[in-house]
Amino acid sequence: MTSVAPVATTPGGSTKIRGGAAGRPSAAAWLVAVPFLAFAGTFLVYPTVLVLVGAFQDSDGAFTLENITTLFTGVVFDAFLLSIELSALTALIGAVFGALLTWAIAVGNPDGMLRRTVVAGSGVLAQFGGVPLAFAFLATVGFEGLVTKFLRDNAGIDLFAGSAWLFELPGLTLVYTFFQIPLMVIVFLPALDGLRPQWREANASLGGTSWTYWRHVGGPILTPPFLGALLLLFANAFSAYATAAALVSQGSPIVPLQIRGFLTGEVVLGQENLGKALGLGMVVVVTIAMGVNVLLQKRVAKWVRR
Amino acid sequence: MLKRGNVTTKMMGVGALVLAMAACGAPPAKETPAGAAGTAKSASELGGMDKLVEAAKKEGKLNVIALPPDWANYGKVIEAFKAKYGIEVKSDQPDASSQEEINAAKQLKGTDRAPDVFDLGLNVALANKDLFAPYKVSTWDDIPAELKDADGAYYGDYGGFMSIGYDAAKVPAPTSVKDLLKPEYKGKVALNGNPTQAGAAFSGVVMAALGNGGSADDIAPGVEFFKQLKAAGNFQPVDPSPATIESGQTPVVIDWDYTNAAQTDKLKGKLDWKVVVPAEAQIGGYYNQAISKDAPHPAAARLWQEFLYSDEGQNLYLQGLARPVRLDKMGDKADKAAKDKLPKTDGKQVFQTQAQADKAKAVLTATWAQAIG
Repeated sequence: MTSVAPVATTPGGSTKIRGGAAGRPSAAAWLVAVPFLAFAGTFLVYPTVLVLVGAFQDSDGAFTLENITTLFTGVVFDAFLLSIELSALTALIGAVFGALLTWAIAVGNPDGMLRRTVVAGSGVLAQFGGVPLAFAFLATVGFEGLVTKFLRDNAGIDLFAGSAWLFELPGLTLVYTFFQIPLMVIVFLPALDGLRPQWREANASLGGTSWTYWRHVGGPILTPPFLGALLLLFANAFSAYATAAALVSQGSPIVPLQIRGFLTGEVVLGQENLGKALGLGMVVVVTIAMGVNVLLQKRVAKWVRR
Repeated sequence: MLKRGNVTTKMMGVGALVLAMAACGAPPAKETPAGAAGTAKSASELGGMDKLVEAAKKEGKLNVIALPPDWANYGKVIEAFKAKYGIEVKSDQPDASSQEEINAAKQLKGTDRAPDVFDLGLNVALANKDLFAPYKVSTWDDIPAELKDADGAYYGDYGGFMSIGYDAAKVPAPTSVKDLLKPEYKGKVALNGNPTQAGAAFSGVVMAALGNGGSADDIAPGVEFFKQLKAAGNFQPVDPSPATIESGQTPVVIDWDYTNAAQTDKLKGKLDWKVVVPAEAQIGGYYNQAISKDAPHPAAARLWQEFLYSDEGQNLYLQGLARPVRLDKMGDKADKAAKDKLPKTDGKQVFQTQAQADKAKAVLTATWAQAIG
């Protein structure tokens, strides 16, 4: 699925509760957090540690840097470039179209049918990935898909005249935008809702035009959340696996598929730790993206309506 | 997604060693506790087949893994085993690869969900011998020496040849590997899996090499062939499955002859699915059975092996158009009708040695992604 790893709070950094009692949280407060900490520890921290350790081991468990150096060579490095390219492209497409769609519903009636439909639909579609999504495309524009057949028989258009694009980078790009746009709607809507009508009125009463409003008010306020959402979308696409796995079987163009190959391949054995090194590489890329995102969110927080 | 694969087998001696059949004098039956099944190396150690059946029935369960129902007739094999012994069979992850079988055994070790038995490509079997419990089935002597581990850790169960399956209504019959480069096959040729990961696909590349001027030692022409296939627009990067064949998505599929032939039977009346083993490129391979050292149902695991290597089990493989390992030795006991249905193979048959396979893997790892990416 296309889930985004939650951003863990830095250990030791107790989150400040505004207006809360100063000082350390009580023992009872810690006790309440135990289930969450156990969950996060089991499903986030422990696997991350496994990947981190495994990346520096060879098949016999001895220390080695070979897996890490392999990351910068040949096919593996190409996969990283391609993954980053695919994620950046779909993030950009998703962010631009998603922002336009968000704007369309944000200026509309806050309780209107359109808005409710789009928000509910986005909530579902942002999680629409993996096999169902891949199948939806295969059934419509695959080699024997409904649309493909219709165009071939009635319009003489061969969708696959050039190449098997659906199973390569262009296909992945198209398919990924289907969950990227709805995700953008979800994360960007609060920021747009944070634009107060009073600001626009103030701008108008001071003799400003639409242009000056966007240039000096709307733009500057929306830029950080837009960039933050862009990074979130990037991480979302970068870590997506199931959709690509269901769609692409030949060649392993992107990193998650390469990891699959290293972990389950039965031809070339003993590459599990190289797979872990790739996983570590992904962790690093996503950490950078999410880290910048957190910094941006801090800037935005004061503008977004609570 | 069938991504299992056998990478190598040694040359099968056509006149396989006739092993002197030791007179089947079972050692004096000792009363053995049920726990002894876990270490028994043969049925006679447990006091004979009846005792083994008894112990297996007491366990009442068997976990198998990576056995697709339409692969070598495993669907019917499982049904027959259930019916014969009344033992419940839990079939997990039917489309897993050999490596995933091993991963599952390691991850589930100590639970009653761990796989009891494996069906593995030789490559993976060789690499994991320490996970297997050696056991020799009653028909051990019928298995050709070059297809079994001397200690009984793993041994060949069935094999076949790489083949081209095709929908006769959609494409002309290919007579050679090179035929697939013709414009009639545009966007139609699929390979079962990624050859750097899946054994069947790996052998598919070897087949392409044999048909394109290469050899068991030199598979580069095979990679080159797929590069040309892609350049011509004929290669389809879709992972073929019974569903893609039935829906017409993959009208030409390179896969083991027994999986292709299984589709012929299954789709009779819907689709005219034909199978050809290209005469100039016959690459064969065998799969292997092994019992998990940590099998939660050790007696049932051993009974399963006895069943697979009995005439009944071997004929079930044969009816799935796989070539059972005891085929030559079974003589008249082999199902003649099924045997006559096997895709024809005349001419030079190639079986890669482990060294050749290792060389081929290195070539694939270095060049496949670029050729097809």
